[in-house]
Formats: sequence, C-alpha cells, structure tokens
Amino acid sequence: MAKPQKQIMSRGIQRHEDLSGYSFMLPSLVFFIGFVVAPMIICILMSLTDANMQGDGLLGNFIGLDNFIRLGQDPVFREALWNTFLIVIVSVPATCIFSLWVSSRIYEMNSFSRSFYRIVFYLPVVTGSVAVTAVWKWMFDNYSGVFNTILNGMGMEGINWLGDPRYALWCIILILFTTSVGQPIVLYVSALGNVDKSLVEAAEVDGATNIQVFWSVKWPQIMPTTLYILVITTINSFQCFALIQLLTQGSSGTNTVMYHIYYTAFKLTEVNGHFGYANAMGVVLAIAIGILSAIQFKLAKEK
Amino acid sequence: MKSRNKQISFYGIISMILLVILALLFLFPLYWIITGAFKTGADIYANEVVWFPREWTLKNFELMLNKRTSPLFEIFGIQGPVGPAAYRWLINTVVMSAGAMLLTCLTASMAGYALAKKRFRGRSIIFGLIVCAMALPKQVILIPLLKEMAALNLTDTLWAVIFPTVGWPFGVFLMKQFSESIPGEMLEAARIDGAGELRTFNTVVLPLVKPGIGALAIFTFINAWNDYFMQLVMLSSNEQYTISMGISTLMGESTIDMGVLMAGSALAATPIIVVFLIFQKYFTQGITMGAVKG
Repeated sequence: MAKPQKQIMSRGIQRHEDLSGYSFMLPSLVFFIGFVVAPMIICILMSLTDANMQGDGLLGNFIGLDNFIRLGQDPVFREALWNTFLIVIVSVPATCIFSLWVSSRIYEMNSFSRSFYRIVFYLPVVTGSVAVTAVWKWMFDNYSGVFNTILNGMGMEGINWLGDPRYALWCIILILFTTSVGQPIVLYVSALGNVDKSLVEAAEVDGATNIQVFWSVKWPQIMPTTLYILVITTINSFQCFALIQLLTQGSSGTNTVMYHIYYTAFKLTEVNGHFGYANAMGVVLAIAIGILSAIQFKLAKEK
Repeated sequence: MKSRNKQISFYGIISMILLVILALLFLFPLYWIITGAFKTGADIYANEVVWFPREWTLKNFELMLNKRTSPLFEIFGIQGPVGPAAYRWLINTVVMSAGAMLLTCLTASMAGYALAKKRFRGRSIIFGLIVCAMALPKQVILIPLLKEMAALNLTDTLWAVIFPTVGWPFGVFLMKQFSESIPGEMLEAARIDGAGELRTFNTVVLPLVKPGIGALAIFTFINAWNDYFMQLVMLSSNEQYTISMGISTLMGESTIDMGVLMAGSALAATPIIVVFLIFQKYFTQGITMGAVKG
C-alpha cells in the first residue's frame, strides 16, 4: 500500500523530524542492531572462517568458501536438509488446510464457542515446547506409553515409535503439527469474519452453493492471510528443534538442519565446537528461508 | 442468514462431531500431563491404560522438588534462603519473561510510533531491515550471539536471554501497525498547544496505542517463557536455569520417572496457561494485527 506522499518538507522541518525520529528509535535500535543485525553480519563472516568454541577472538582464520564446499559433500548435512524439506512439505500444507477447515467451522459460532475452540487449538503452543515434548515422550514410550499400552492390550506388539526410522520422523511431524495450528486458526477466524458480507449475500441470492461461495467469494479475500500463514508456518517448520533435541537427538532418521547446526556447534566434539562450519549451515538455511518467503510474498503481491 | 439456518445438513452434523473429537484430542496431552502428575507409579506403569488416576498422590511433586536445591534468589551477591531448585527456576523464568516484556514494550512503542508518524530520513531502510529480520530463523544467529555475550561478560545470566528477545523486531512491527491509526490532527493539536515530543508521546500516543502494548506485552511474555533454544544455549548453571531448562534435564536422565517428569511439566505449563487464559483477548488481537501487512 503506497502512502500519500507528503509535500517536500523544508530543511528545518526535515532536520527536526530526523532528530525526533531517531531519538524515539534509539533504544530499540540499540537492541536491534546489537543483538540481531550485528550477529547476522558476524554469522556471515564466521561462516568463512574456522572459528570454534575455544578461540579467544571472535573469528578464527579466514578459509574462504571451504565450509560451504564441505557442506556440499557432507552426507549428514544432505540427510538433514532432506528431512527438513520433508517436514516442511508435509506439515505446511497439512497445517494450512486443517486450520482453514477448523476456522470455517467455528467463525460463525457465538463468541463463546468460537473463543473456546480457538483456545483449545492454541493451548499446545502456550504449554511450551518442553512440557509438550515431555508428555509426548511419555505417550510414545515403549513400555509405559499410552500408544503401546493400547496396542499391547489389543494383543499386538508395541512399536518403537521414536527409535524406528520408519516412524520417528512422522511422530515428530505429528507433534509439530499439533503445536502449529493455533496461530493460523486465530488468523483465519479473523480473516473470514472480515469477508465482505454483501458479496456473500449477493452470491447466495444468485443461487450459488456454499462451495461456490467459498471458492469465488471468500477464498480470494482471505488470500493475503493464507500467504502470511504459509510464510510463518514454513519458518516455524524449519525451526523445529526442541522436539528433536529432547526426543531423538537426531537419531533414527530425524536429523534436521536446525538440530545439525546445534550439534555441530556444541556437541560434535564436546570441547571444541565447529562454529565456522555451523554458521555456514545457518547461512544456507537463512538463504533457503529467504528465497521461500520472497516467492510467497511475490505471489501475494500479484494477487 | 435464513438459507443457512433453514436445515441442518448432514455435513454440518458430521463436521460438528469431528470438531469436538479433534478438540478433545488436542486437549489430551494437557490432560495427560495434569493427571500424570498426580498418578502413582502403579498407575503409570500399569499393563492397561489408566485413563483417570485410581489414587491421587503428591509424591511426584515432592520427588521433583527435593531433587535439587538452590538459593531462591541472588541480588547483588546476597543469596536468599535455600529451597527446591524448581522454585528458583520458576522465579528465574518470571524475572526473565517480565524483564523482556517490559523492555520490549518500552522500546517498541517508541520505535513503532517513530516509524509510523515521523518522516525521518532512512526510515524505509530501517523498516525494510525489520521485515527481513522477522523472516530470519532466530537460531541462525545464536552462535555469534553466544560469542557476543561472552565478550560482554553476560553468558549464563538472564540478560543473555532478555537482550536478544528485546532486539527481535516483531514488537516494533506490531507497534507500527497500531500507531498508524493515530490521527495526525491530534499530534498537530498537541504541537500547537506547545507540548514537547515526550509529552506528546506520553499524553497522546500512549493512551491511543494501549491495546497494542497490551497485546505485545502478553505476546512477548509467553514467547520469552517458552523460548527453549535460547535458554539452552545461553544458560548453563543450575542457579540460572529456567523452568523449561530444568524440566529438560529431567528428560536427559538415563532412567526417567514419568510421574516426576509430568509433575515438572505441570509446574512449567500451569502459570503460563493461566496468564494466557486471563489475557487471551489481547493475545488474539496481537496475532491478528501483526499479520496485517502493508
């Protein structure tokens, strides 16, 4: 949305605006530049060095693009990248479709039931990643977990949920899914509530079915919300970390880029983390997310 | 409206039932934490699923609280009385979340107002940087942050978690959205009345963006409380742990007592859920406003 351009200001007023504007910006800028922008730049620089946990200086020795070349040849990283991709490709559409369906069911309810359902689906987010992971760890437990107890009760053999490469990643995706739908539902309920009622009524008078009304009237109007949800869910899925660190430590085929970065930096060799290499992965991940977000926003602009 | 209520469709009934079932499934983990925390070992390790505790016990909580001890607080080198470490972890978490919340609200409301209403040079560059940074996964910058905190001598303090949270630009973005709606005439009127910049901000801007600050406050509080990754990397000593960190150490033990783990999880989740339920109206508003892209 382009704002109406103000007429050219006189130099004195411009200086006053600069001074007051930056004074109000200053406290925030100190934190933003100090703890977000500067680390971003350091991250890029560090990815070109062999920095590690022990080094006294901020950066180690400059080694050019060696870290990135090493990345291309690292089978563990490739597997982590593939798993991350799989998580994103499954959980993002699932989250969007599910939350759109739930929202379309609840947005016309009275405000009490609407709030009720919104809260229910948001609760797993609020509960916190560690508490949620803890309870799922118990539910998936081989001996005392609720799933295997039920299977045993039916005379079937229990499944090694988190230890079997056939199931582990899907268990992670399921848990991630339950903690991802809360925010999209809140957004969709509000977007559906803002759909132009007169257009919906006009279509209904013309004899359009519910499905027709949805696709030709409502869907285009909630498109910006859908794209925003796609972006935040994608970022969210890329960041999936606590689940993996606490449940599988990246074993049984659940290694992701996010966990691999952590592992390389802090666990690979306990005393001597590979900061430079880990940062190279971070840069690759940031670029991947940047490209995906840019594509999604580009699509949003075109609509 | 009429056509919709005329008949209750088959699809309508099925989807209602499905919705209720889904809601119950989503509530189940929380139910399992709370009941699990009060279950006896016999119920937890029974051969059949014990859906509801046959006998209620506080033993899990006792075990968890007696596991470790720590001074309850430490201010300017003065240590408080020694108590269960879990209480210290809770105190740390509250201090950390509240600190991040207050600082974020203060800095973001000022910056959001400036970005929305001041025509200073370079504002579009700053705003562009903010939007880009919001798409960045926070974890990517964690290693440089750790080095930075070490240089500032802040590693293993709550500040190391608070400062990056405050720097995260979502708050500024949200407050800019709320500040856009301030009528320019009101600011003009205040200026004509001779009010200085700070007085205009205090008496005109702040009352108008109050709902935004409420939304941001609750949003930041909950996010800081649950930001496990940041806490994991920055905090290393038992005395500095947050409740999430404390519970995660329970999960790292070789033999995990599920009852104790659930007691810990209940202790970690209950306060934040209560906060969320009380302020959820603001929260919803914050999420929705943060999504309106210009």
